[in-house]
Amino acid sequence: MSQEKQVQSMIDVMSKFIALFAKKLPDDVEKKLEELSKHETSPLAKSVYETMFLNQKLAMELNRPCCQDTGVLQFFVKAGENFPYLGKIEHILTQAVIDATVNAPLRHNSVETFDEYNTGRNVGTGTPTIFWEIVPDQDDIQIDGYMAGGGCSLPGKAMVLMPGAGYEGVTQFVLDVMTSYGLNACPPLLVGVGIATSVETAALLSKKALMRPLGTHNTNERAAAMEKLLEDGINSIGLGPQGISGNASVMGVHIENTARHPSTIGVAVSTGCWSHRRGHIRFDKDLNYTITSHSGVSL
Amino acid sequence: MSKKVLTTPIKVEDLKDIKIGDVIYLTGHIVTCRDVAHRRLIEYGRSLPVDIAGGAIFHAGPIVRKIEGTKDKYEMISIGPTTSMRMEKFEKEFIKQTGVKLIVGKGGMGQGTMDACKEEKALHCVFPAGCAVVAATQVEEIERQEWMDLGMPETLWVCRVKEFGPLIVSIDTHGDNLFEKNKIVFNQKKDAAITEISKHVSFIK
Repeated sequence: MSQEKQVQSMIDVMSKFIALFAKKLPDDVEKKLEELSKHETSPLAKSVYETMFLNQKLAMELNRPCCQDTGVLQFFVKAGENFPYLGKIEHILTQAVIDATVNAPLRHNSVETFDEYNTGRNVGTGTPTIFWEIVPDQDDIQIDGYMAGGGCSLPGKAMVLMPGAGYEGVTQFVLDVMTSYGLNACPPLLVGVGIATSVETAALLSKKALMRPLGTHNTNERAAAMEKLLEDGINSIGLGPQGISGNASVMGVHIENTARHPSTIGVAVSTGCWSHRRGHIRFDKDLNYTITSHSGVSL
Repeated sequence: MSKKVLTTPIKVEDLKDIKIGDVIYLTGHIVTCRDVAHRRLIEYGRSLPVDIAGGAIFHAGPIVRKIEGTKDKYEMISIGPTTSMRMEKFEKEFIKQTGVKLIVGKGGMGQGTMDACKEEKALHCVFPAGCAVVAATQVEEIERQEWMDLGMPETLWVCRVKEFGPLIVSIDTHGDNLFEKNKIVFNQKKDAAITEISKHVSFIK
C-alpha cells in the first residue's frame, strides 16, 4: 500500500477509535463504578448511579457520545524511534479529530484564544494536544487518547511548595482541591497528582497519571503508600456521586513523580470525572492495531 | 412516592413545598443558557431573544445535529449540565431580570443565587452530570434556536421536554443550599483526613 493510503487508514482507525471512547468507558472504569455503586447506601446516591448506568447503556444503543462535553482531544504518544510514520502522526491525529467531530459527532470545543471564535471543527492552534515520548529500539506506537472536558479540567491546579511544607503540604494541597473545585467535577473522580520541580513538570505528570489504568500503583513503595493514604482520606470525606454526598469520593489516586530541585516541591493535581473517557491503542509498524482499554469492541 | 413534576410556566405556589434534596421532573420548555448568554444580558444589557419568565434554563452546551432536508431544524444528540458556579457572578441579577423559575445545572451555586431564589422564588437543581444521553432522550423537540453566532455549545436551544430529570434540588425557595450544607461536613472530614495522612508522610527528615 502506498504511504498515502497507509496514512489514510490510520486516520480512519483513529477517527473510529475516538468515536468509540466518546461513548464507551474503558473496562477498568466501568468495573470500578460498578464496585463503588454497590457501596452506596443512601437512596439518592444509589439513584444517581442508576441514572449513570442507564446513560451508558443508552449511549451504546443510540450510538452517540455518553457525555455532551467531548472535551478537547489530548493524546499521549509513546512512539518507537523506528515507527515508520512518526512525522505524519500530528497530521493523522488532527485529521482523525476533524473526522470524528462529524461522525461521532463531537461537540465543537476549540475556541481560538484572543480572537475568541469557535473553529467548529474541534481543532485549532495547538489542538488537539499531543504529548510525545520516544522509545529507543522500538518500531510500534502507543497512543492514549483523552477527552479533557471543561468540568474535569477546571479543578486543575499546580504550585511550587517550599521543601519545609513537605509531603504534608502536598496532602493539604490535594485535599483542598477536592472540597473546592473537585466537588463540582463529577465525582467519583480519578485524581492525578504530579510531584516534580516546577509547575509545568508537575502538571504534565499529574495528567499522565490519569492515563494509568485503575488498580495500578506507583512503583515507588512510599509513593504507592501515599496513593492509598490519599485515596482513603478523600473517600472519608464522602463526596459521593455528583458531590451530593455518599460513601466514596474517588475511583483512585495516581501519583507520578520525578526527581526535584532541592529547593522546591512542584505539585499539581489533575482530575478525571466519573465519565473518564480514555482509550489506549497500539499500532505496529504495519499499522495493525490492538485496543487494550476496551474489550469486546470492533471499530 | 409519586413523581413530582413541574410544568412550565411555573407558578410561585408550585415551588413552596419543595426542599433541598428532593427529586423533581420538568415538563414543558427549558432553554440552554450558559456563560456568554449570561454575560450578554447582564454586562451588555442585551435582552434575551427568548421569554423565560416562569420558565426554566439549563446550564448546558449540547451536541446537536442538523436534521437532513430541513432548513434549520436540529436534533438533540447529547445534552448534560455544565458547572453552574461559572454563572454565579451573573445569576442573581439574571433571575431578577428574567423571572426564570428553574435553573438546572451541575454542582452548587453561591450566595447571590441563594438570595435571588429566596427573594424571587426560584430553584436551582442538579441534573446528574455526564448523563447526557438520558437527558437528550427526554427532549421531544428543539423548537428553535437563538444566538447561533455563539457556536454550538453556547447557542440558546429552546427544548420541549417531557418529565425531564431526575432533578435534585440544590437551592430551594427557603434559602437552603444542599451543596453549602454538605461543604461544612466535607471540610470537617477533610481536616481530619489531612491530620491522619500527615502522620504517615514525613519523608523529608
